[in-house]
Amino acid sequence: MTTAALQRRAFDWGPALLVFLLGIVLWQALVVAFDVQDFLLPKPTEIAQTLWDERSSLWHAGVYTLKEALGGFALGSSLGILSALVFANFRWMGTAFMPFAVAANAVPIIAFAPIFNNWFGLLNPFSKMAIAAVLCFFPVLINTLRGLTSVDPRAIELMRSYAAGNVSVFRRVRIPASLPHMFAGLKIASVLSMIGAIVGEYFGGPTTALGVTILNASAYSNFTLAWAGIVLASAFGILFYGAVAAAERLTTSWDPSRRAFRTE
Amino acid sequence: MNDRPAVAIQGLSKRFKTGVTALAGIDLDVQPGEFISLIGPSGCGKSTLLRIIGDLIDPSDGTVEVNGKTAHRARLDHDYGIVFQEAVLYDWRTVSKNIALPLELLRWSKEKRQQRVEELLRLVELEGFEDNHPWQLSGGMQQRVAIARALSFDPALLLMDEPFGALDEMTRERLNLELLRIWEASGSTIVFVTHSIPEAVFLSTRVVVMSARPGRVAAIVDVDLPYPRAARTREEPRFFELVTEVRERLAGGEVAA
Amino acid sequence: MASIAVDRTTTPRIGAIHGARRVGLVVAGIAIFWALWEAYRWIGESLGITWPFPVNQTNMPHIHDMLHAFTQPLQPGGPPLIHYEWHWALFTMKEALLGFVLGGLIGFGLAVLLAHSVILRRGLLPYIVISQTVPILAIAPMVVVGLGTKGVTPWVSVAVIAAYLTFFPVAMNTLRGLLSPRPRDLELMRSYAADRRSVLWKLRLPASLPFVFSALKIAATASVIGAIIGETPASIQDGLGGAIVNFNQYYSTGPERLWATNMICALLGFAFFGLVVLAEHLIVKRAPEHVA
Repeated sequence: MTTAALQRRAFDWGPALLVFLLGIVLWQALVVAFDVQDFLLPKPTEIAQTLWDERSSLWHAGVYTLKEALGGFALGSSLGILSALVFANFRWMGTAFMPFAVAANAVPIIAFAPIFNNWFGLLNPFSKMAIAAVLCFFPVLINTLRGLTSVDPRAIELMRSYAAGNVSVFRRVRIPASLPHMFAGLKIASVLSMIGAIVGEYFGGPTTALGVTILNASAYSNFTLAWAGIVLASAFGILFYGAVAAAERLTTSWDPSRRAFRTE
Repeated sequence: MNDRPAVAIQGLSKRFKTGVTALAGIDLDVQPGEFISLIGPSGCGKSTLLRIIGDLIDPSDGTVEVNGKTAHRARLDHDYGIVFQEAVLYDWRTVSKNIALPLELLRWSKEKRQQRVEELLRLVELEGFEDNHPWQLSGGMQQRVAIARALSFDPALLLMDEPFGALDEMTRERLNLELLRIWEASGSTIVFVTHSIPEAVFLSTRVVVMSARPGRVAAIVDVDLPYPRAARTREEPRFFELVTEVRERLAGGEVAA
Repeated sequence: MASIAVDRTTTPRIGAIHGARRVGLVVAGIAIFWALWEAYRWIGESLGITWPFPVNQTNMPHIHDMLHAFTQPLQPGGPPLIHYEWHWALFTMKEALLGFVLGGLIGFGLAVLLAHSVILRRGLLPYIVISQTVPILAIAPMVVVGLGTKGVTPWVSVAVIAAYLTFFPVAMNTLRGLLSPRPRDLELMRSYAADRRSVLWKLRLPASLPFVFSALKIAATASVIGAIIGETPASIQDGLGGAIVNFNQYYSTGPERLWATNMICALLGFAFFGLVVLAEHLIVKRAPEHVA
């Protein structure tokens, strides 16, 4: 890499790295200085130690939950995208459905979790996938729909001048134009799916799941383990988000609004 | 009236970071009260030159003086108003509030602002539209609002970057007349960038013809048509001669006597 | 005079027709959903469907049973459920409102700060995003207890949790809005030698309003969800969260009550959302969008 590119990389990530290190140091210092209870906030060094000691079981639990999250993400997002395509084509359906989307979105996942556990069985991973799917559905639907329906009218006019049919307009104009919006929704969904899976597990699940591990650790006063689990859950969420963001970069590098926002 | 030029440019050059030399050695004096048009082929740097005068871009070489001060000082002292090709009005402000924007920044009192806005609305003939929003106006009306805004604090210098470029021919001709009327009423100096030869000749006291990139002053044509000019002026023989002269200068050749 | 192109906004009569049409569609939607629910229930029970889940009284109570549950007393001889639901809803609303205000202010302040510094943006933005990957449900009890030791009443702690979910959309969207002015807009400000403060007040803030309101709409529902989630682990009995936990425990003896509570949750979020939409309508004046 050229020195200029390296410099740019450093400038891009340097501040964030600095903040991370500062944060960890501050955390450690505050916990020691104020003698904060283990229950509330263990020292980062202790959490790191526990992460290492229990790495095998934590990792497996994390992967188990990640699979639930991925399943739910796939299900919810594809349904969301499909619905967006339908609503973009049949506008009246969208207008009719939207208030319900808003209302359903306002029902906290806490309310769905017990119902889905009842429906599909506590130990069945599908019950958690369903929760993740519901959480993913709405952001993906709303964002994708906005992308499909905010096209410059002149772009549509141009297609019509070529006597292009509706399907063609969709394929060549609306769908490419909606990709940035869709990815905005998918990024939100990626984080929510992981959270949804964990919330579902809080209401009951196999001990091989991360959420259950955290809950049980708290119940048995093993708070460093609980926090280690929380850190791991967050890490998996970040990885998932990063994967979606990478996919976005690959497919929508042309979008000026994204670039303008990110770089200066 | 002092004899100091309103705008004094010496040896001005501009090289962009991308390696493009937009301007190469511009010398130009604009006397107070003049109406100067800058005309030239695309990419000749006329907009860049205008922005350098307005201290919105820094020159690479040379000096620019506005009202006897540096361009930077002139900007900080609010010595000029600028009008762009797009009206750049704020959607969330009414016509009155858009016009009053610079006055708010200059901390004028509410009464003074109101009074001045009323004057300006009369000047650009937009009375009755105080409370409309920009999207409710036609392109020509939006530009009139932009002109009113540029004149709001009565600057000595007005910089205009193809303000009528996005409008149709008829609206353009009408606004040209209005601009001349406003110019005579306010007595300001105007530096006007345009693509249109007839417009340049119709409006100006002098037309500065620029060469293709890197931009230099290729020629300066004195427009000796009498003021006040009217729609009729466009049909006079002298007008056609001048338009032809400018066109030939643009093409790079000498004018046949 | 130049041609007048004044856009007459829709007359009140047309507006009323649009409104009636909207309401009609919503009512029709509810009716269709009801019909589908009952139809699936009836078919499911007759055919004994067990996939994806067994269709029976417990898993899919009749909708009219859910509504009926509102009128039934919780304890023998006591007031009907709707009475409790109303009080729980108010309690949760209190938490959500405080959380909304707190989160909104923090998010907004953060956005203004980040809009003016590239370094801060680079440094803090990743962590703002990462903050949302932490499962708040797991942290909630620690927050409530921790703040409790500092003398903070539980419901305020829940409001803090609600604020945690609220500040993120507000911060991100407001930032986008503050950075939305185009180069030409900024050039105009430069020509007036406007200082950063003026640029913020006269250009960036007004330009960001549509973005802020779109964030507030998300934040409205997020604050309700945050409040409910915050209540559950802390075993706060006075709100909807506590009700959900209880009715879940006793689900088999009265499934309708959980569903009824869910309806209230949805209504609460929806009402809050509606308030924000109303406020937006009154405050934000923008050109009608020209999109297809």
